[in-house]
Amino acid sequence: MELIKPDIGLLIWMMVSFGMVTFLLVKYAWKPILKALKERENTIEKRLLAAKKAKDELAKIEFGNEKITALAKIERENMLKEAKEIKNSIIEEARTEAKIEARKIIEEAKKGVEKEKADAINEIKNQISELSIIIAQKILKHELEHKENQKHLINKLIDDIDLN
Amino acid sequence: MIKAWLKIFSVLLLLLFFSNISLGEEKQIIADTSEHKLEEKKKFDVGEFIFDHILDHYGWHIITYNHKHISIPLPVILYSNNQGWISFWSSKIDHGHVYKGFKIDLEGKNKGKIIEINQDGVFLEKPFDISITKNVLAILISSTILLFVFVSVAKTYKQRVDMPPKGLQSFLEPVILFVRDDIAKSSINEKNYEKFTPFLLTIFFFILLNNLMGLVPFFPGGANVTGNITVTLVLALFTFVITTINGNKGYWKHIFNAPGVPWWLKVPLPLIPFIELAGLLTKPFVLMIRLFANISAGHIIVLGFFSLIFIFGNINAYAGFGASPVSILFTIFMSILELLVSFIQAYVFTFLSALYFGMAVEEHH
Repeated sequence: MELIKPDIGLLIWMMVSFGMVTFLLVKYAWKPILKALKERENTIEKRLLAAKKAKDELAKIEFGNEKITALAKIERENMLKEAKEIKNSIIEEARTEAKIEARKIIEEAKKGVEKEKADAINEIKNQISELSIIIAQKILKHELEHKENQKHLINKLIDDIDLN
Repeated sequence: MIKAWLKIFSVLLLLLFFSNISLGEEKQIIADTSEHKLEEKKKFDVGEFIFDHILDHYGWHIITYNHKHISIPLPVILYSNNQGWISFWSSKIDHGHVYKGFKIDLEGKNKGKIIEINQDGVFLEKPFDISITKNVLAILISSTILLFVFVSVAKTYKQRVDMPPKGLQSFLEPVILFVRDDIAKSSINEKNYEKFTPFLLTIFFFILLNNLMGLVPFFPGGANVTGNITVTLVLALFTFVITTINGNKGYWKHIFNAPGVPWWLKVPLPLIPFIELAGLLTKPFVLMIRLFANISAGHIIVLGFFSLIFIFGNINAYAGFGASPVSILFTIFMSILELLVSFIQAYVFTFLSALYFGMAVEEHH
């Protein structure tokens, strides 16, 4: 029976010591421990959220970067294209200009040649006329040296003239 | 293999049963003879042996060597109507000695308690007794350990803000979190659980530590604190008082005027309120009995297995040797079981307390 009979002395001691243990533990152990645990959990949660946010942000930035890269690519391509076009046009222009110039030069040359030719021809003509005059003089001198010749000529000329 | 062991075990139990009876008979016969004291020392009484170990004592017995009892004397504090307050060491009244008219009663209603007698040895009264007994000292020791451990852990928490746990802290943190999340949070609503968590942690660790210390067979363990009805009574009383203080309107309404119950069960005979009120008291009562019975029963069984050695030893020294391996195996098995029970009972007591708190603060719609 002693086993199941509460003892008043032990009861009092148990009440006092357990009450005190509860009070002291609650005040000096559980409250700070639970507070620290809660704070740590909050901090962890906050940090996890912050990390997630940062990740999102980073993803956004990365996406932005990609966009920028893509845009830059397009820009570069455009620029290259433009440059090519410009190059082509410049070459084309140069070519046409060169052609025109060449033509001009050729024409000028032709003109020069023509002029030279004309000049030369004129010269030749002049010389020929001079020469013909000289020749004619010489021939006339020679033909009209003799009287008979003169007579003969005059006669011939008279004969040639048709009087009708 | 297991079958063989079971056979041996059952044979041993049978032998134990018969030997007990024969021992009892022998004792009666011996009691009549004049050589009572001498003979009794030789004989082994299982019941007495076991109860001697699980009951409270005025001194803390360490070892008996060569018929000499070595024990730690503890202060006896008494108040008697004749002598007023009086205090002395328990060693003064060991082994039936009488000191200033006080002695430990050996039988009867006050067996094991201090009584006051007059010079002729006639019973005077049972003094008011607040001695520091073995259990009181064990409670004080375990309380000191609890305070020391958890206050230092709390200090670590304060120093290591937002850092992972370290050392003792990391060892205890999962348990603290278990009590907080799986006992308090799961039984009590979100709004109120934080209020009860500190108390739940206290009873959990108090019961667990005392259960475990009760398994250690030598000082400072060995006191059967949580297997003592007075201790579990106080623990259950704390739970009861906290539940009652925190009971909200809905809680009391459910007791005195439970909704959804036909009126004729309440008026004119308040059957349901009566049952509910009884339930109010049975809850802590059951808490008290469960812890006490589980821990005491475990100790009784372990001691019973140990006793086998001495029972057989009484019959024959070789039988005692033969029984010892079996006895030790069973004792080891039971000790491991008790280790498990220590945790389970600490958990169950705490969990049920949390459930009762949860009921008291439940929000009814």
